[in-house]
Amino acid sequence: MTYQWDFSPILARWPMLLDGLFNTVKIAAVAIVLGVLVGLVLALLRLSPRRFLRLPASVFVEFYRNTPPIVHFFWFFYALPVVLNISLDPLVAAVLALSTQSGAFYAEVFRGGIRSIERGQWEGARALGMSHAQLMRRIVLPQAATRMFAPFVERSFELIKTTALASTLAYGELLYRAMMVNSETFRPLEVYTAVALLYLVLLVSCSALARVAEARLTAYR
Amino acid sequence: MPEPILQVSGLHKWFGALHVLQGIDFSVAAGERVAIIGGSGSGKSTFLRCLNFMEMPTSGRIALDGTPLGRVSAGKPDTVRYPEGELCRVRERVGMVFQQFNLFPHMTVLENAMEGLVTVKRMKKAEARERALRELDKVGLGGKTDVYSGRLSGGQQQRVAIARALAMEPEILLFDEPTSSLDPELVGEVLRVIRQLAEEGRTMLLVTHELGFAYHFATKVIFLADGVFHEVGTPDEVLKHPRQERTRAFLERFTEFSF
Repeated sequence: MTYQWDFSPILARWPMLLDGLFNTVKIAAVAIVLGVLVGLVLALLRLSPRRFLRLPASVFVEFYRNTPPIVHFFWFFYALPVVLNISLDPLVAAVLALSTQSGAFYAEVFRGGIRSIERGQWEGARALGMSHAQLMRRIVLPQAATRMFAPFVERSFELIKTTALASTLAYGELLYRAMMVNSETFRPLEVYTAVALLYLVLLVSCSALARVAEARLTAYR
Repeated sequence: MPEPILQVSGLHKWFGALHVLQGIDFSVAAGERVAIIGGSGSGKSTFLRCLNFMEMPTSGRIALDGTPLGRVSAGKPDTVRYPEGELCRVRERVGMVFQQFNLFPHMTVLENAMEGLVTVKRMKKAEARERALRELDKVGLGGKTDVYSGRLSGGQQQRVAIARALAMEPEILLFDEPTSSLDPELVGEVLRVIRQLAEEGRTMLLVTHELGFAYHFATKVIFLADGVFHEVGTPDEVLKHPRQERTRAFLERFTEFSF
C-alpha cells in the first residue's frame, strides 16, 4: 500500500499555519527576553557571597531543572486560578511558564560564563579601583558573553521548541493551529510534516543569525 | 625623614591553617623604591597584594597618609571591615602591575590604558585618550594602540599593563614579579621601563627574582622569609653584605650557576 500524499488541503489553509508560526515567534521572543532578565538576576544571586541570596535562587533553579516543562504550563494555567484565585489567559500563562523555566536554565548558562572568567581579570579590574558593578559591566560580562553564546543559543532553541507545549493551553501557536487544520482536513501526515518544515525553516534561519552575531561578538579573539 | 605615605602595622595573613604573614611592620615614604626578595612561598607576593587589598589582611592595620583604612566594629578590635568605596579609592592611589599582566583581552591597547580613566575616574574620552597615549608612548607602544592585547608579545603586554597603571597617576606602584612570566629575552624591555620610572622618582615596591636589577633599582631591600622581614637594609647591605645566615644562603643559590 502506498500512501497518497496530498498537501493541497493544507496549502489552502496556509494563512492559519502562518498565523500560528507568527504566534510561536511572538511567544518565544517575549519568553527569551523575560527569561534573560530572570536568568541574569538568578545568576547574580547564585554568585553572591551571601547565603540568604544564594539559597532561594538555587531552589528556584533546582525546581525548574527537575520538573517537566508541561507541568509548569498546567500549573500557571490551571492551578493559579484555584490556589490564588488568579486566572491568566493562555498567552500570559504560557509566557510565564516559559520565561521562568528558561530563566532558570539561562541562569546556569550565565553563571558558568561568569565563573569561567579568570581571576586575573577580576584582579586587573579591581586594581584600577573599579567597584564590583563596574568590573561586572566593563570587564567580566562582556567577556563572559562570548563564552555564554553557544550554550545560550542552544537553550533558546530548546525554548522555541518548548513553545509547542502552549498548545495544551489552547494558545494559538503553530502546533495548536496544526491540530485545528488537521481536524478540518484529516491529513495528519501532511499537516505535521508541514509543521516540522516550518519549525525547521524558523530554526535554521535563527541559527544563521546566531552565527553572524557570534562572529561579531568574538571578533577580538 | 619624610612622612610615610603607606604604613603597615602588625600585618598577619592566614590562608586556612597556613600562617603566611606573621606580623609585619612597614612603611614607605614618597620617592622610596623597595625591592622585596625571598624564596617562593615566603609570603612576598601576599605581602604586596595586601597593600592594595588584592588579599584581605587577617589582622593588622594599613594606613594611607596617616589615616587607618577600614572600620573596626565596637567590641571586636581584631576584625577590620573594609567598605567597597574605600577599597576603590585606595586602589586608585596604589596601582599594581601583575606577573600575568591581566590585560583586558576584549579591548585594544589604547582602550586598556583608557579604561580606568573613563570608568573609574569618569574622565572625558578625549582627555583619557590623550593621557593614555602619553603613557603608551612612554613605554614605547605608541605605535600599537589599536591592536588587541592578545596579539602582543609578553614584554609588550607587560608594558601596556604598566601604562594602564601609570595612566591612573598612582602615588605608589606595586610590581608583583613583573618579569617572572616573560621569556628571558623580553625581560630587559620591561626592566628598562621600570628603571625609567625609578629615575622619575616614583614611589615603587617591587617583588622580584632579578637580584641584579633590585640592586640598581632599590633604595631599600627587604628579604622576606617565613612570613617575616628577615633582613632589611640598603641594596649594598642586604645583597652584598648580608648579616643573616639565611639571607646569605638565599643569595648563594642565585650565584650557584653563574659564570
